[in-house]
Amino acid sequence: MTQQISLPGSAMDDPGSEQLGLFLYQMQLLRRFEEKTGEMYTKGKIRGFLHLYTGQEACAVGALNALREQDQIVTHYRDHGHALARGVDANRIMAELFGRVDGLSGGRGGSMHLYDVSKGFLGGYAIVAAHLPLAVGLGLAARMQKEDRLALCIFGDGSVGEGEFHEALNLAALWDTPVIFFCENNLYGMGVRFAESLSTQIPKLAAAYNMPAVSINGMDVLEVYRETRKAVEHCSAGNGPYFIEAMTYRYRGHSMADPELYRLKDEIEQYRKRDAIEALKQHMMERGMLDQAGWEDVVRRVDKAVDDAVAFADASPEPGLDTLYGNLMAEPTDD
Amino acid sequence: MTELRMRDALREALREEMIRDSRIFLLGEDIGAYGGSYAVTKGLLEEFGEERVKDTPIAESGIVGVGIGAAMAGLRPMVELMTINFSFLALEQIVNSAAKLHYMSNGQIRVPLVIRMASGGGSPLAATHSHSLEGLYAHFPGLNVVCPSNAADAKGLLKRAFRDENTTIFIEHTAIYGVKGEVPDDPDFVVEFGKANILRAGSDVTIVGYSGSVHQALRAATLLEQDGIEAEVIDLRTLRPLDMGTVIASVKKTNRAVIVEDDWKFGGFGGELSAQIMEQAFDWLDAPVARVSGKDVPMPYNRNLEFAALPSEEDVVEAVLAMM
Ligand SMILES: Cc1ncc(C[n+]2csc(CCOP(=O)(O)OP(=O)(O)O)c2C)c(N)n1
Ligand SMILES: [Mg+2]
Repeated sequence: MTQQISLPGSAMDDPGSEQLGLFLYQMQLLRRFEEKTGEMYTKGKIRGFLHLYTGQEACAVGALNALREQDQIVTHYRDHGHALARGVDANRIMAELFGRVDGLSGGRGGSMHLYDVSKGFLGGYAIVAAHLPLAVGLGLAARMQKEDRLALCIFGDGSVGEGEFHEALNLAALWDTPVIFFCENNLYGMGVRFAESLSTQIPKLAAAYNMPAVSINGMDVLEVYRETRKAVEHCSAGNGPYFIEAMTYRYRGHSMADPELYRLKDEIEQYRKRDAIEALKQHMMERGMLDQAGWEDVVRRVDKAVDDAVAFADASPEPGLDTLYGNLMAEPTDD
Repeated sequence: MTELRMRDALREALREEMIRDSRIFLLGEDIGAYGGSYAVTKGLLEEFGEERVKDTPIAESGIVGVGIGAAMAGLRPMVELMTINFSFLALEQIVNSAAKLHYMSNGQIRVPLVIRMASGGGSPLAATHSHSLEGLYAHFPGLNVVCPSNAADAKGLLKRAFRDENTTIFIEHTAIYGVKGEVPDDPDFVVEFGKANILRAGSDVTIVGYSGSVHQALRAATLLEQDGIEAEVIDLRTLRPLDMGTVIASVKKTNRAVIVEDDWKFGGFGGELSAQIMEQAFDWLDAPVARVSGKDVPMPYNRNLEFAALPSEEDVVEAVLAMM
């Protein structure tokens, strides 16, 4: 049984069928892309740590689509889905995972460090909670530059034990910075159950720092979208930071290296029954926004996009060894 | 030229740069109402207001991270960390974000940030508050590491730091904040990075120092004069980028080198200098390179013990005489 997807709160926030179609396409893209990267990892095309996003698609698609063009994003190392949902080129993401010259940063960052500044995508950060203070700096800059821009800061439940989490929340609230803290609580930090690593609840922590804090269903793309829209409006109105905890679940191991000794297959099966893509599909079909042929078309287009990304990455050359020292120190600009 | 203490020269640099570039703002613990722990930012809150001179909570990692984020977004922040001893709490931000984002993003991101911190022993504040870690920061590719020894350099190098596109770790020795020197008034005066300064010419031995230790080197050179030994004294001014050319040219002339630093000898920056001299001027050396460094212990509080733990001009003289 798929879960009942929540109904939109107000007409203004209600995404039309076109937008729902986009959400569906993107969620399927994120799913297929990750299945493919897992495959490419076992083939040795992708190396290092690879953290798959499978299961959490509604978070990225709901949250990123609620942003505006001028907004900026920093996220953690489980970042492929966030980049894709922001509209970063799938080909260049895959090429980065392959470590190739056409990757987003020419193969220097790899899976955990994706950057596309042209899209306001300011990075995946592989040190847990390291990017939370950066988001406050981005927000502070927006305020000082008097620009209507916010920073979306995405991180896992594992961040809340770090000092930087607390420093960042305090500073964000103290200085009224436009930052949306978006915590994807997938119940585990590697193999440690969330309940075993925090003495309280996440929204209580955020509320203690004097900002609105909500816990939402992160398996429901409409709810994520709607709640993030509220957060955008809050920040944009100059009301300071906003905190969202999205309850979600990852279907695959922490990384490709994870033997998954800490959870039962049954738990995964339970969550798969609440699958976000299935839920949206059903929601749309019940309302006549999608039929079987339409769905098959989505699948076909996504498969092609993912196959194209692999072909693109495979065709891209390895970076030349002469590039090793390039872009270590930034040179002066003209201004 | 105006005669200024180093702390006043630093303040002049901040003032002039803040007037020149409206993107510059200051963040730090007690830099506003208190005027800075070493009075460097005194009066700047009154002059520039709360938006540009921000007192922060005691949260080193957080405020350095905020500085990095603001720099990424196009501003030119300066973060004052009170002292280098507290920078340990911000090390992760400095090393993993500030130093690496430009490289990892293949040039997409820039972090033009200045991080100032006071350093050194002699105060006497004992082991937790007496570090000299210039060499630690110099270890990391992607950073500028600046450590002036006098008022004019302090001003010129700090102004230069604000005109850089990268993160600069700007280290100020507490023992010389009050030392006066002639400082240029020209608002366009800057001291280039990676240019060592020959403070005293000599033909018999090269003494290399940076930050506070330059003063021990200079005093030792004066003492050596009485023994008829002409020492050349080089102030590195910046450890990253490092001007090895000036050091090597000097060693090829004097055939002897002594390195003076407050930091521990073991695994310290003096070891790097010594290795590079060996690699680049081995055939010119008449004696092994000598290092005069802090002793290999946490800094003791007692005055006599602390004095024994820090390098002195007598130690430098002794090292030079031993190699003649
Ligand atoms: C500071 C730091 N400590 C430890 C690690 C190793 N590590 C990587 S991911 C991870 C778990 C984080 O879990 P969570 O924040 O919940 O994110 P998720 O992987 O569940 O998306 C750990 C411990 C790290 N990268 N950084
Ligand atoms: Mg988690």
